[in-house]
Amino acid sequence: MKKEIGTATIEVNEEGFMTNFWQWSKDIGEELAKESSINLTPRHWQIIDYIQDEYRKEVPLSIRKIGKSGVVDIKQFYELFPKAPLKTATKIAGVPKPASCI
Amino acid sequence: MMIILSKATLENVYAAFVLANGARMEGIEAEVFFTFFGLETIHKRKLKHLHVATVGNPAMHIPTMVGGLPGMENFATTMMKREMKKLDMPDVFEFLCLLKDSGVKLWACKLAMDMFHYTKDDMFEDLDGVLTVGDFYNRAHGEGTHILFI
Repeated sequence: MKKEIGTATIEVNEEGFMTNFWQWSKDIGEELAKESSINLTPRHWQIIDYIQDEYRKEVPLSIRKIGKSGVVDIKQFYELFPKAPLKTATKIAGVPKPASCI
Repeated sequence: MMIILSKATLENVYAAFVLANGARMEGIEAEVFFTFFGLETIHKRKLKHLHVATVGNPAMHIPTMVGGLPGMENFATTMMKREMKKLDMPDVFEFLCLLKDSGVKLWACKLAMDMFHYTKDDMFEDLDGVLTVGDFYNRAHGEGTHILFI
């Protein structure tokens, strides 16, 4: 389905995850973060960059993998993206929701 | 999600851990209460040597008599651990650390601790404490709280 965000229109699924990664831009990332009540800091951006790199490399994401990435540890990941960090961070990064149980 | 783990067979331990971690990943609070044999899961020395049960589980498709032969539990455990590794599943100790870092509270059951003569020094260092069953229920009084017994 289509979704108006800022001045742009993006394609999202019923959970609000973008379905066309190429439509993503930093401005859209900022808007999506606002919807999750997150103020993006440079630290957040490092994680979003990492997530997008992994997505481009087609590496499946999990909380454990992020904890081992050297970018952020699990505790801080939960602090930066409270509630459901992997879901929230991937949504902001414009990549699909990871199908992971760990 | 309030999870009571009463067993320390590997398949039950992983079930409890995946449920607790899965809750946190969805933004749901989670706590685990380790009671009776479940305590071995947080016993510093014992947690590294947990096994799969090969007897009394028809879904293993191993006849009970064969499952009871020496070495069968070790064999099944090695196989299961290998498969878990392929799925990028952490071992028990690392999983406990992952749960702690994700904000899961870990509690030991006081009665079971007394029964097995364990002290806090025997247990996983990041344990949140030792509780009676009443204390645990009191933590679970919030609306919409679920208690799972494993």
